[in-house]
Amino acid sequence: MLKRAKTWGPGVLLLAPTIILVGVFVYWLIIENFRVSLTNQHTAKPSNKYVGFENYTNLLADPNFQHSLWNLLILTIVFLGGTLIFGFLWAWLLEQPAKGEGFFRSVYLFPMSISFIASGVVWRWLLSSLQTTQPGGERTTGLNRLLDSVGLGFMQNDWWSNPTWGIAAIAVPAIWQLSGYVMALFLAGFRGIPDELREAARIDGCTEWKLYRHVIFPQLSPVMLSAIIIIGHMSLKLFDLIRAIVPDANTYDVQVPATMMWVKYIGSDYADAAAIGMILLVLVAIVVIPYLMYTSRAEKR
Amino acid sequence: MKSDSKRTTKRRINRTLKYAILIFFVIIVLLPAYVLFITSFKGTADADPSRAWYLPQVWETGGWVKAWETLAPSLGRTVLLVVPSALVSAFLGSINGYVLSKWRFPGANIVFTLILFGMFIPYQAVMIPLTQLVSNLGIPQGIPSLMLLHIVYGLPICTLIFRNYYASVPDELIEAARMDGAGILRTYGSVIFPVSAPGFVVVLIWQFTSAWNDYLFAAFFSSGRNGPVTIALSFLAGGQLTDYAASMAGALIASVPTLIVYILLGKYFVGGLMSGSVKG
Repeated sequence: MLKRAKTWGPGVLLLAPTIILVGVFVYWLIIENFRVSLTNQHTAKPSNKYVGFENYTNLLADPNFQHSLWNLLILTIVFLGGTLIFGFLWAWLLEQPAKGEGFFRSVYLFPMSISFIASGVVWRWLLSSLQTTQPGGERTTGLNRLLDSVGLGFMQNDWWSNPTWGIAAIAVPAIWQLSGYVMALFLAGFRGIPDELREAARIDGCTEWKLYRHVIFPQLSPVMLSAIIIIGHMSLKLFDLIRAIVPDANTYDVQVPATMMWVKYIGSDYADAAAIGMILLVLVAIVVIPYLMYTSRAEKR
Repeated sequence: MKSDSKRTTKRRINRTLKYAILIFFVIIVLLPAYVLFITSFKGTADADPSRAWYLPQVWETGGWVKAWETLAPSLGRTVLLVVPSALVSAFLGSINGYVLSKWRFPGANIVFTLILFGMFIPYQAVMIPLTQLVSNLGIPQGIPSLMLLHIVYGLPICTLIFRNYYASVPDELIEAARMDGAGILRTYGSVIFPVSAPGFVVVLIWQFTSAWNDYLFAAFFSSGRNGPVTIALSFLAGGQLTDYAASMAGALIASVPTLIVYILLGKYFVGGLMSGSVKG
């Protein structure tokens, strides 16, 4: 026993700083945050009276918050769908060694390197539904104008200025930015499939479609799962892109819990801000904890 | 013979189609960059959303001058923030990954999973007490507190990437070093660290980009005067009477460092993904 402790003791010691830092900055702060969310700390003046789950019930009954949850759902579905479709398509097109592969890959990947704050500057313009009257009949702006000029005028819309579906417009730049990352993940997945496997399937007389259906797609499903988890949890946290595109943080049309939390924080409503944080955490945990358990179990096998 | 030529024709059509689609998407992806670029060279009247797609009537650099003047102080601060925090979290992550893959102890998997969860938490769920904690620790707002936060919250992903990367280092190498009587640190120094370069490239790219691009922590822990470049840019671009040329020039200036990193090292990044060092 002592001998074993001697072999793993130094390891634990080396890990100690990280364990302490993560323990304090992640787990202890989550507990602290939970505690604040149970108090009536709604102004800058310190106040620690426990009110139980009152803040949660009030939030969940608040139509504004309900709307922010709806927005979050739409955002996540569109963001996930879009990045998976484009990411997979690009990876599939580039899967077989192609001329200029490096160029295409770099172009598709480059938006990922840019901050949401920087890309928000231009997307705020492109997604503008502004109608200006200018000499020469140039009324529409941004993407609407482009769609109009290539004959897709029917696709013009108000983008984010719509209370029900406006949030889907916010997903457009998010898709633009992260499809390349999903492509890189899928490319890694494709390249991880041994050539012998394909050869064997071809020799067995597999058609290309059957090869994909029975050999390649099943091999890609772990990559797909990773992509869903990464994009999904990014979507729940998405804050800066909305702040960059929509000038007013408290805009009902595109309010999500993360932006609402910021508004509450600015207004010194710490208890509500903490409660919104907890709700986001629960939403993330529902998805991530089973995933972490699944991957750690899959590794053992 | 006939069916052969048919097949080559078919293949040629397929290939043309493939490149047509690839190029189509290149244009789509580059469109926003095009608008950013041309607008940044426009004069005030010309920089109007209705003229977004047209080239400047006169190429002007006023926007760039104004953007540079506004952003310059924050750029220096951001470098000061990003470089040390990326290096420290990468180094700690490398040590962690080494211990967790090669020097395992009972419960190592549970500890790893608990660390990993820190990567997924929405920071909103710790932000309120975090502001309190950082001020109680007496760490000044702005760059110093942001540096601490980027190191701490970067640890999970750095640990993950290195742990997966070191999994591909043969255990025999470690065993051999141990046989020779090398301790945990000597083994790290003589066996693990020398082969770590690809792992460091991926982690440093990742940490550099995410700290450079961070806005959430920056918004909570700094103000305009001591904030990093994302904060300065949001002030430049967020006002009521926005100077569009300047804000677009600013967005380009703020993106140059991460763009350079991706253009120069993007190959290694994708390579790192492919060798399975980033599983997510």
